[in-house]
Amino acid sequence: MPGTVQSVERAAAILHVVAAARGALGVTDIAEAVGLAKTTTHGLLRTLLHVGFVEQDRETGRYTVGSGLRRLGTPLDVNEVRSRASNWADALAARSGHTVRLATLAGEEEVVVVHHVFRPDDSAQELEVGVTLPARTTGLGKVLLAHAPDPRTARNGHGGRAAELAEVRARGWAAERGEHEPGRGCIAAPVRGPGGPVVAALGVSGPVTSLFDGRGAPRGLLLGMVTDAAAAVSRELGYGGA
Amino acid sequence: MPDRYVLAVDQGTTSTRSLVFDRGGRMVAVRQREHRQHFPRPGWVEHDPMEIWANTRWTADEVLADVGAAGSVVALGIANQRETTVVWDRATGRPVLRALVWQDTRTAELVAELCARPDAELVRERSGMAIAGYFSGPRLRWILEHVPRARERAERGELLFGTMETWLIWNLTGGPEGGRHVTDVTNASRTLLMDVRTCRWDPELLAFFGIPAAMLPEIRPSVGMLGTATALARPLPITGALGDQQAALFGQACFAPGEAKCTYGTGSFLLQNTGTELVRTRSGSISTVAYQLAGEPVRYALEGSVAVAGALVQWLRDGLGLIATAPEVETLARTVEDNGGCYVVPAFSGLLAPHWRGEARGLVAGLTSYVGKGHLARAVLEATGWQTRDVVRAMAADSGLSLPALRVDGGMTTNNLLMQFIADVLDTPVVRPMVGETVSLGAAYAAGLAVGVWSDVEALRRNWHRAAQWTPSAEAARALAAEYPRWERAVQLSIAWGAP
Repeated sequence: MPGTVQSVERAAAILHVVAAARGALGVTDIAEAVGLAKTTTHGLLRTLLHVGFVEQDRETGRYTVGSGLRRLGTPLDVNEVRSRASNWADALAARSGHTVRLATLAGEEEVVVVHHVFRPDDSAQELEVGVTLPARTTGLGKVLLAHAPDPRTARNGHGGRAAELAEVRARGWAAERGEHEPGRGCIAAPVRGPGGPVVAALGVSGPVTSLFDGRGAPRGLLLGMVTDAAAAVSRELGYGGA
Repeated sequence: MPDRYVLAVDQGTTSTRSLVFDRGGRMVAVRQREHRQHFPRPGWVEHDPMEIWANTRWTADEVLADVGAAGSVVALGIANQRETTVVWDRATGRPVLRALVWQDTRTAELVAELCARPDAELVRERSGMAIAGYFSGPRLRWILEHVPRARERAERGELLFGTMETWLIWNLTGGPEGGRHVTDVTNASRTLLMDVRTCRWDPELLAFFGIPAAMLPEIRPSVGMLGTATALARPLPITGALGDQQAALFGQACFAPGEAKCTYGTGSFLLQNTGTELVRTRSGSISTVAYQLAGEPVRYALEGSVAVAGALVQWLRDGLGLIATAPEVETLARTVEDNGGCYVVPAFSGLLAPHWRGEARGLVAGLTSYVGKGHLARAVLEATGWQTRDVVRAMAADSGLSLPALRVDGGMTTNNLLMQFIADVLDTPVVRPMVGETVSLGAAYAAGLAVGVWSDVEALRRNWHRAAQWTPSAEAARALAAEYPRWERAVQLSIAWGAP
């Protein structure tokens, strides 16, 4: 069989063994079953863990098939994403003092708000869950367009926009400074699911003047809170083998 | 000066957690340990008190180490699973048997006997609650009847009784070497042994249940000095204790009469503050102690407990396999516009408030070939909403207090379809606070209030922030009011079905 990649074959063999087992398996069992050295098997398992194709029990260290494999090709349920994100979104709102929203892509031009935590000042606010927003002019939208599963979505558009989305991808966050609503802005970061695809965008919104400094750069403390919270939700969803 | 923090121990049904909160009511650190559930016979549920004590000590010491020098932890508060009953040897600190957990139904026969006695009305009259296996008094009686020599040893003062907070405080303050044997008034009110007006053990109730006074802890206010936790790596004053649902009421800052919270977990627990007035209940809610600050009068609450809320969604997932995870119930429910005429009454082991019909059994009503899994998912969520309406209606009839808004917490509050349904079916705004950990926050508030971390309950109220609000739609509220009799009929059918 010319042109096969050995490590992919080995990884596939491991997945067959893990998937066929009745319970969780230890590294030694798996190495024996596929006929590989324990260290080789361990290395392959770490990679499979990272992409979410296997899961490891924290206490026993044994492996089972991961949710990334079980759900291959089917998007994460948005209600599941909200449920897992809720504690982190609350903490982000409490610490930042700003409105927090979580959104997913709806087509190529719009995003839909799937979770909304009020600005913690007890003023009258309306729950925006289910509201659609334009993708191109919002921070949440830019994050989702930049990481769209169909790469044509990200490339679609003219020079300036494609460059901005490439930058969002490279630096790991997006900014909105009054493009959607005058004087209002947003700092948003990607939330990743098992194996790495971006499944949602998490962001804080508020007056441009309180989110960004005089030169238009996001305030450092705030940016850190947003990217930390997005990373925490990603871990919660199983990204990075957690 | 470092920030002043408060440690809360949340001793729950499945795990023990230690959490540290700052003055803003924000969680700083958390440690958790689960304990084993023992099911020695059908209907019996037990926990090992020694395991729970070890977990409490471990999580508390670890979380104190996590906080380190970041802040100064100045007090400890405890919130505990209610009605779980422990009896132990004062000299050795060993329990005479495992704790009988609140879900345990072994006292059913005993309760039926007690209810049949001509003087049974005394219990409701004095304790504020009708005799039910849900409370700890009958469990204590069962232990005294079934453990050899337990009654004579208890009479000699060799055995001690406690709910979980009493057991933990006794161990934290020295155990066999001078441990303080105290309970808080909210936990004591769940035994059926306390006079709910005077908040003292009642000699006639003790005689009714056959409980020796020598084994009972001293009843103390929920907020105030209870002892010093010398068993921890760093000694801390224990200055707050509350049953978990009362702790959630406190954590939700429901300090004014009429203010209410509902926790949506496995079951749902609605408590409404009724102030210093004890409400006589006739409609199926329970009058219970909400909390007491040292030196102040007791505050009361009405309570409506529903056994099955989130547990019904788990049944949809594990029993029927219609969904892979609990939150997916909303996705499935949103595939249809309405319940398609379908109603689910989740009376898996009878119905608690406001019906109190142990014989009722669950049913799915209104099936036609039109009803699909989406309708079933909707009916499952609506069951929790309808049950909340049942409870709120009973409370309104008992207290005459209106419900300005319902404060909610618990895992099901991320379900927007359910929260909107509850707002519509109650025709009342439903609000969720920023800190979802209301049980442990309530314990921290109680402890911190006693040592001056917060000046008064108004300071706690200012920590409460709205994270979300679901506003009722007048049109939906009207439609649901018209639909409510169908739900009531389904409930009656479930009671009739279970009748012998």
